[in-house]
Amino acid sequence: MRKLFLPLAAVAAAMFAYAPVGIAKVPYESTMLLVQKIFYFHFATWMAVTASVLVCGVASAIYLFKGTAAADHYAVASAELTTVFCTFGLVSGSLWGRKAWGVWWQWDARLTMAFMLEMVFLGYLLVRKYGGPGAEKLAAAMGIFGAATAPFIYKSVDWWRTVHPQTTVMKTLGDKFPAAWNLVWFCSAAFLVLFVVLLAARVQLEQLRAELDRAYLAAEE
Amino acid sequence: MFLKVAILVLKKDLAIEARSREILYTTLFFAISCLLIFSVAFVKEGVPAEDAASGILWIALTFSGTLALGRTFERERYGETLRALLMAPASRPAIYVGKLLGMVLLMLATEAVLLPLVSFLFRAPLFARPLLLAALLVLGTVGFASVGTLFAAMLVRTRTRDVLLPILLYPITVPVIIAGVRGTSALVQAPPDEAVATLWIGLLTGFDVVFVTLALWTFEPLMTE
Amino acid sequence: MVRRIEVTVAAVMTAVFTSAATIAAQAQPAQEGFVPATGPISEQIPAAPLVVAAYAFFLLLMVFYLWTIWRRIGKVEADMRALERRQGASAGGQSR
Repeated sequence: MRKLFLPLAAVAAAMFAYAPVGIAKVPYESTMLLVQKIFYFHFATWMAVTASVLVCGVASAIYLFKGTAAADHYAVASAELTTVFCTFGLVSGSLWGRKAWGVWWQWDARLTMAFMLEMVFLGYLLVRKYGGPGAEKLAAAMGIFGAATAPFIYKSVDWWRTVHPQTTVMKTLGDKFPAAWNLVWFCSAAFLVLFVVLLAARVQLEQLRAELDRAYLAAEE
Repeated sequence: MFLKVAILVLKKDLAIEARSREILYTTLFFAISCLLIFSVAFVKEGVPAEDAASGILWIALTFSGTLALGRTFERERYGETLRALLMAPASRPAIYVGKLLGMVLLMLATEAVLLPLVSFLFRAPLFARPLLLAALLVLGTVGFASVGTLFAAMLVRTRTRDVLLPILLYPITVPVIIAGVRGTSALVQAPPDEAVATLWIGLLTGFDVVFVTLALWTFEPLMTE
Repeated sequence: MVRRIEVTVAAVMTAVFTSAATIAAQAQPAQEGFVPATGPISEQIPAAPLVVAAYAFFLLLMVFYLWTIWRRIGKVEADMRALERRQGASAGGQSR
């Protein structure tokens, strides 16, 4: 992880340097014009959220069953990143929706469940903070359940007719609007690299904390 | 063996409850007082808002269910019986299932009283399709109680358990509540939309399978010190 | 070491983003003059501030988050140094 940090950070910086240029250059979408350009980061952030939730779920499961400290570090780091990327997803979606739907918020299935996902991982962080000793295990349970409900968020749009664009939009985007297709996957890749970089930084913090705890324990002997 | 342990745990809970009926009555009356509060919000000039009944029913269930969970495990903690249960040479998942069954029965008892009251007070034809409604309620209750029992059990030693339980439980069970409310709304319409209700019943079944499996899987490591 | 890297990353991203944003800003449609209001409300909501707000929020969020990590690492390192100092003092004070 450490060796890859600098090159990955450089890659992320480079991708994010290009992203605004690419977004400015891509043609307008026919019905939503300028405001649709939020889509490129909005979709990308949800890709980062998916990756983050997966990492948290797997790490939580490993920690709960094996007790590996490193797994716990990755679990809490990715839970925090989930809330960060999810916040941006909700805010960018709200800003886009203000223009596209005329309202700041709609209680349709996908928005509700995205909000719910944010609450789940905020709950994760709360239980770690206020759960007293042994809270890491409780939070791990939260992480596992949160990750398990995430697929329902994706599917909910297909099962429940809503104002939110259906998942079929992405499936036909490649044929109908190739410039957007390429750009959105570029932005998603950029966000995933950013996710890895931030995860490494956050895990480093946890490892330092663990080292400090060990030092305290050693000092008491 | 598994089933025997589960039934034993269930019988123990029922026996304790039968003596004082404390949790049953308090849960029931809390749910009814929820209805009273909701009537303030959802009734305009004496007429209940259309379609408010399904939401009110499920929210009253959620709130009273959360309290019941807290009370049940508080009782275990107070009597230190949870530790005794865990020390018994019985499979942990079986203990979980026993407690889950007790919780489900308690919530179903609450629903049995709540349904006619909601139907009556908020003018909703809840009994138009009783079988589908029963399926929705049973599946929704199992979904809610499965996660609730697990979380309440794991939080029992935590200082802030009273407030952490709803914080953790509600976001996870939102899919169950949504399915319950939407399904009930579909049944309350005139004419009742059976196709939509069946769709939500299917979803609830999926949720239940996932949640119960996960809970059975994680109960053991969570309850171990 | 990590803190230096984080600062570098944040600074580079900020600089690059700001310059690229100015390029993007020049592609905005011109402001409309005074016209009587007609049609649904959605035609009257300007899109540009929303788009700018979205991307600006992203930038601020990332910078803020990196800063919180930096701050927390700083606290842990300060605690470690304090512990080492205490140990050094007690070890120096002990007779061997």
